[in-house]
Amino acid sequence: MSLPDGYLQYPHRHYGMDHDRYEWSILPRRKPVQWPGGARIALSVVTALEWFPLDMSNKPFAPPGAMVTSYPDLRHYTLRDYGNRVGIYRLMREFDARNIKATAAVNAAVATRYPSLMQEVRQRGWEVMAHGTDMAHLHHGGLDQAREGELIDQALAALTVSGPVRGWLSPAKGESFATPDLVRARGLEYICDWDNDDMPYAMRTDSGTLYAMPHSPDIDDFSILIRNHHSEREFTEQLIDQFDVLHDEAAKQGGRILSIALRPWIVGQPYRMAALTAALDHMLRKGGVWPATCSQILEAWKGQQ
Amino acid sequence: MKRDPGLYDYLPYNGKRPKIRWPNDARVAFWVAPNIEFYELAPPVNPARAAWARPLPDVAGYSYRDYGNRVGFWRMYEAMERHKIRGSVSLNVAMCQHHPEIIEACSRAGWEFYSHGTYNTRYLMNMSEAQERAVIRDSIDTIRDCTGQKLDGWLAPALTYTDRTLELVAEMGLSYVCDLFHDDQPAPLKVKHGRLIALPYSLEMNDVIAYNVNLVAPRQFAEIIKRQFDYLYREGAESGTVMCIPLHPYLVGWPHRIKAFEEALAYIAGHDKVWFATGREIAKYFIDHSYEAFKAASMPVGDPK
Repeated sequence: MSLPDGYLQYPHRHYGMDHDRYEWSILPRRKPVQWPGGARIALSVVTALEWFPLDMSNKPFAPPGAMVTSYPDLRHYTLRDYGNRVGIYRLMREFDARNIKATAAVNAAVATRYPSLMQEVRQRGWEVMAHGTDMAHLHHGGLDQAREGELIDQALAALTVSGPVRGWLSPAKGESFATPDLVRARGLEYICDWDNDDMPYAMRTDSGTLYAMPHSPDIDDFSILIRNHHSEREFTEQLIDQFDVLHDEAAKQGGRILSIALRPWIVGQPYRMAALTAALDHMLRKGGVWPATCSQILEAWKGQQ
Repeated sequence: MKRDPGLYDYLPYNGKRPKIRWPNDARVAFWVAPNIEFYELAPPVNPARAAWARPLPDVAGYSYRDYGNRVGFWRMYEAMERHKIRGSVSLNVAMCQHHPEIIEACSRAGWEFYSHGTYNTRYLMNMSEAQERAVIRDSIDTIRDCTGQKLDGWLAPALTYTDRTLELVAEMGLSYVCDLFHDDQPAPLKVKHGRLIALPYSLEMNDVIAYNVNLVAPRQFAEIIKRQFDYLYREGAESGTVMCIPLHPYLVGWPHRIKAFEEALAYIAGHDKVWFATGREIAKYFIDHSYEAFKAASMPVGDPK
């Protein structure tokens, strides 16, 4: 048995990336940026508003939060829906009390199902980012490109009813090779699927530049509390450590972004809320924090490139 | 298959809901729901779900649960009695035939019985309507004959369902179900017959989920219960909330877990604005005082197609 000759050929073996989507770049060697008011940290809170249909197929993979049991999985359906009905309003109340404007990454189905929730989001001056149609429609390499374009069109049609949309987060961060091209072609300016940086960077697409915005993995509520089974106290500690390191770095290397991704069906449970607010209070007490939406952060950053 | 169970309309927890006022200005209606279960050693096969993880006889799985009736129940019962907490028993009704001593102990203490199906190894999936009605009828009759109580509440055996389960439960005269997890206040359900509500039960506070899914340690479980209570107690100052601790004697009744649970119970019992109630009492009070207002305030859900 042997592998074909091509297995030992390396056509992309050269300096930089193995694709043309973006340039290789070292964070500590970049030009420092200044945030408004001299803040060290731009605080970007992104809350996902997701709808997991009862009949979802979990193909080609199960997104975090998918149905688990045989149909009808009323248990997981309603546990997820809790986020859109109860959890998000707890977050709104706690963020309002701290003057934090969040960015909501919204499945189109949520906007259609719960128009009053969209009004609550928009009235607060939160930004709305497109988050696909629903959690049963994933973007992936096996998806026909025309079909993927339709999904993006559907999402934008439903979400722009309540106001503008400038950014994109794919459900479960799944992409095809064409996703950045397709969302840029529809006028969107940034995308949050790529986990490879603490700061924005430029991506090439067929229709010009699309910016990658940080949307951090591993310190979100799902990763820590559900996947890793860490305690609520450890969630608080990790958020604080993330903040403190970035805060120190910012003193030497210019403004940083702390991105906190939340799912209201997880962190919005009563016993978890204080774990989040304790971390936020630490940050706001320490100071040098600019709570901002993704678009505000991107604008401030772009102005200095 | 349905995309949405279609069981409830949208009522956001945004501070604008009709207010719930519990008896004596209690902030939280608190109830404890021990699941008193019988798992069969060799049940018939339901194609939708295997009863046991291993080939029969699954001695490990069977005896793990049987511990609850032989040992764990009695330890849990004593702990609840010490704090004068009445249980609302989520009962596999065949327990009335297998272990009447447990039923007698619960009756003596003034506990409520509601149905958790016949056995925890007989699932509802794939049942005909007639079969499903027979299961509900069995519960109504057995609980009446063995305890003298009218059956008011339902938690489907092993949380298994057909699309018609909750409709049948309403039609056959029950008033509350513990099967839905979308709220921390009771919620009217859209059924054709009678008035049925979803009573908050909670998976997060459930010892099976805490210990065997979320993998928390006993002292952490006590911490979770206390923090859940704190947040709901605070919110309950504006409008009454519900907190439930669902238990399984085969888990909570272990020596290394019982102390942490009892400590959490003592913490809650140490607060004055708590209504220590049973499921039936909370459901009846809500239906009598808040059902119509909640129903009127609910909004239809849009169809995402």
